[in-house]
Amino acid sequence: MTAQHIFTGRLKTPFHPRITELDSLNTWHNWAGYSSAEALYCEDMEYFAIRNSTGVFDITPMTKYRITGPDALNYLDRLVTRDMKKIKPGRVAYAVWCDDQGQVMDDGTIFHLREGEYRLCSQERHFAWLKAASIGFDVTLKEETADVAALAVQGPTSYSILKNMGVRGLEELKPFGLIHNEFLGSELMISRTGFTGDLGYELWISPDKALELWDALFEAGKEYGIRAIGTHALGLARKEAAYLAPFEDFLPAETTVRTGRTRSPLELGLDWLVDFSKENFNGRKALLKEKENGSQWNLVKLDIEGNKTADHSYIYAHEKNNKSEIGFITSAAWSPICKQNIALGTVRSPHGKPGDTLWVEIYYQREMHWNRVMAEASIVDKPFWFPARRGKTPPDPF
Amino acid sequence: MTNQYDAIVIGAGHNGMICSALLAKTGKKVLVLEANDQVGGAAITRKFADDFSVSACAHLLFQLQPDVIKDLGIEPDYSKKSMETIVLTEDGNHIRYQGKNISGVNEEDKKNYIEFHNRMIRFSDLLKTYLNKRPPRLGTKNTKDLMTLAKLGFDIRRMGKTEMREFLRLIGMNIYDELDERFVNPYLKGALSTDAVLGTHLGPRSPNTILTYLYRLAGLHGDVSSIQGGMGGLMNQIRSIAEGSGVEIKTNSKVNEISVSNGAVTGVQTEGGEKYLSSTVVSNADPKQTMMNLVGPKHLEIRFTHRIDNIRMRGNASKLHFALNALPKIPGFEDLDYQQRILIAPSEHYVEKAFNHAKYGESSVRPVLEITFPSTTDSSLAPEGKHVMSIVAQYAPYHLKGGWSNESKQQFSDAVKSVLKSHMVNIDQCIISEELLTPADIEQEFNITGGHWHHGEFTLDQFMFVRPVAGSSQYEMPINGLFLCGAGSHPGGGISGACGRNAAQVILQRD
Repeated sequence: MTAQHIFTGRLKTPFHPRITELDSLNTWHNWAGYSSAEALYCEDMEYFAIRNSTGVFDITPMTKYRITGPDALNYLDRLVTRDMKKIKPGRVAYAVWCDDQGQVMDDGTIFHLREGEYRLCSQERHFAWLKAASIGFDVTLKEETADVAALAVQGPTSYSILKNMGVRGLEELKPFGLIHNEFLGSELMISRTGFTGDLGYELWISPDKALELWDALFEAGKEYGIRAIGTHALGLARKEAAYLAPFEDFLPAETTVRTGRTRSPLELGLDWLVDFSKENFNGRKALLKEKENGSQWNLVKLDIEGNKTADHSYIYAHEKNNKSEIGFITSAAWSPICKQNIALGTVRSPHGKPGDTLWVEIYYQREMHWNRVMAEASIVDKPFWFPARRGKTPPDPF
Repeated sequence: MTNQYDAIVIGAGHNGMICSALLAKTGKKVLVLEANDQVGGAAITRKFADDFSVSACAHLLFQLQPDVIKDLGIEPDYSKKSMETIVLTEDGNHIRYQGKNISGVNEEDKKNYIEFHNRMIRFSDLLKTYLNKRPPRLGTKNTKDLMTLAKLGFDIRRMGKTEMREFLRLIGMNIYDELDERFVNPYLKGALSTDAVLGTHLGPRSPNTILTYLYRLAGLHGDVSSIQGGMGGLMNQIRSIAEGSGVEIKTNSKVNEISVSNGAVTGVQTEGGEKYLSSTVVSNADPKQTMMNLVGPKHLEIRFTHRIDNIRMRGNASKLHFALNALPKIPGFEDLDYQQRILIAPSEHYVEKAFNHAKYGESSVRPVLEITFPSTTDSSLAPEGKHVMSIVAQYAPYHLKGGWSNESKQQFSDAVKSVLKSHMVNIDQCIISEELLTPADIEQEFNITGGHWHHGEFTLDQFMFVRPVAGSSQYEMPINGLFLCGAGSHPGGGISGACGRNAAQVILQRD
């Protein structure tokens, strides 16, 4: 009874009791103040659950903000680079937001829950920024991370599992759509979103119904290969989908100290998210200037020869001339499903056009000794993994 | 089109008028839109009682920059030039000072005062050079800015080792410590404290009140004058100079929107619904009013909006006007003494204690007063034999606990009268009529956010490179074609005209 004044150092999500039951590795990490499992029994098997059946990942720690009020739409439209007027109720938008210099602060998803009512989800916390952005706008901001329990249900059998669980309206639910169902007297929100680049959904519910939802889901998925998964499996899946991760592929602008370590959305290959036809959005002036003068960096998706993972490697323009260093790898993996040695990297302009060939200097260790290989890498312009089922509505049942 | 202009100036304050005149002198078609029915902003003369008029806000001239006077050819018609400051004591042996001349204190204080004054003049001259030009931007590659910065460093160094050290020691300091170290006479310390904190939300123990004191001296070395016909007299002259240069002025035209399209201004719209077009809009309104209300945050960047929103501009000085049937009796006063600038601030502690209330949202129980009797040198302000007393009284915080009401206003004006009574025993019999303008009233009448004369507190964090906010100190706002020319921009408040003149130069250089 001596330590009662010490608050819980790390929070547990409402799903924690079920995850610990399935967990045999006991390897956890800190995600925004919550315990999050890195892997539960075998990260390879967990990864294959995502690609071949269904993986369930606890995304409760994801930061969630509720944005309401008469100016909610104008507020968001000025905050993010894309046109939020096009995002109707029942739709979800992937978006980035920038500081005044047009440098990316974070990316995230914005759920248009109901007319004029939004939820913004991101990996990092941004309340101070969102608050500053609200000056002069009639909006109410609420941090609701702990008020909503959420699960990502991802994989080819996810549609059938949710149908089996009794979710109604899934047939019409298109990618980046959301619907509301009732679950044991509480509202269950289902969105067709995820971080795996595959067919998949995310379920959102009040924390007091979290365990019942988990049980119902796993009961419904029993015959469909449902598996709980950890961060490592998800991390591999996101690289295959070529999704960006903050602190890996870019640094949130306000966390950098040195100049030149931030990236603009144009430098991250997110120009499709930047709508210059909008009257104003934060960073517009700076980005317009960058568009005219050219960007400093380009994000590249690389298909690298061989099977040695190119973690943190330098990228060169030529094989023999190692003075021609033009950038570096930010995420890399061997993709089991694509059978490809894949990577995301950042290179100086004008390098990085699709079709270009670059060279990657890979160091790898074999029984203490280091080896080096210069591997040829070609730039691809599509995500490495983009199955047809991801976009099909209704998805095929299993 | 008839409503198309080369430049539109919002607000006919003295800076707006000076800026418009300088722009029009180069042949530009300039329109000035003023919300009130006369030009001048906070530098106007108006009636406050039957047959009695007064400078309604600013009442003394001590900062009008010689460069401005020269550029526009202003010939100020002084009703009283180079006023003495008289610090009232109870026994009638008042302290008087003007420039480096002082009387009523002992020899030691006199010697120290002359030394103090000379040093302050030296430092304020250094400051003056930089008040009359665009402030340099830090971290820039602009040659002009780099030259200015280099010159600033050189000018400071050139003062010599001892003086440079003194300058760097004093510039961020509070005036209380410096006065306490130098002087014995509490009235003198009270008066100099008052000079440092007039019009601010600062007490003598607040940081950088030496800087505010230096700012007061910059330009005219603290030489205080009044103008024939009040401040409105000066503004009428500036108005004719502006109109003579071709400036078009519309009064009773309150701008309620600066129109922005694609990140650039296109013109303005008034409350009456009239639209005027121009790709150059110059705002004499304060930065908050301009950016938050007239432009609106939806056109602005988030961090910039945040900075503007955080500008400290809580007015704390009030203005009292009394119509008098006769001059009140003041012990030791002769007729000519009523023409001077009179202070009631018996000690540095008195001033700081008066400020204490303001920190907690209360008005001072024993306020600090700056008093003039303008009618003694200007017969146009009151009927023959009668007089006007114009007082700046501190502190009366904008954010008064419970808000300003008739009761709280009465309470404050009673406090002022009670202070007056200790020096003017028959004041109650002299008063015919009175008017109190709290910062809330000043906000209302002169459209200044927070009723703060300086359009933003004059402190090191809102000074020079960072006035009004970091990254936009060179009059140009982040909307293309939008400029500030008011006291919220460099160098700051007071009837100096430097903001308007500097802004005009920036605009002309851009073309």
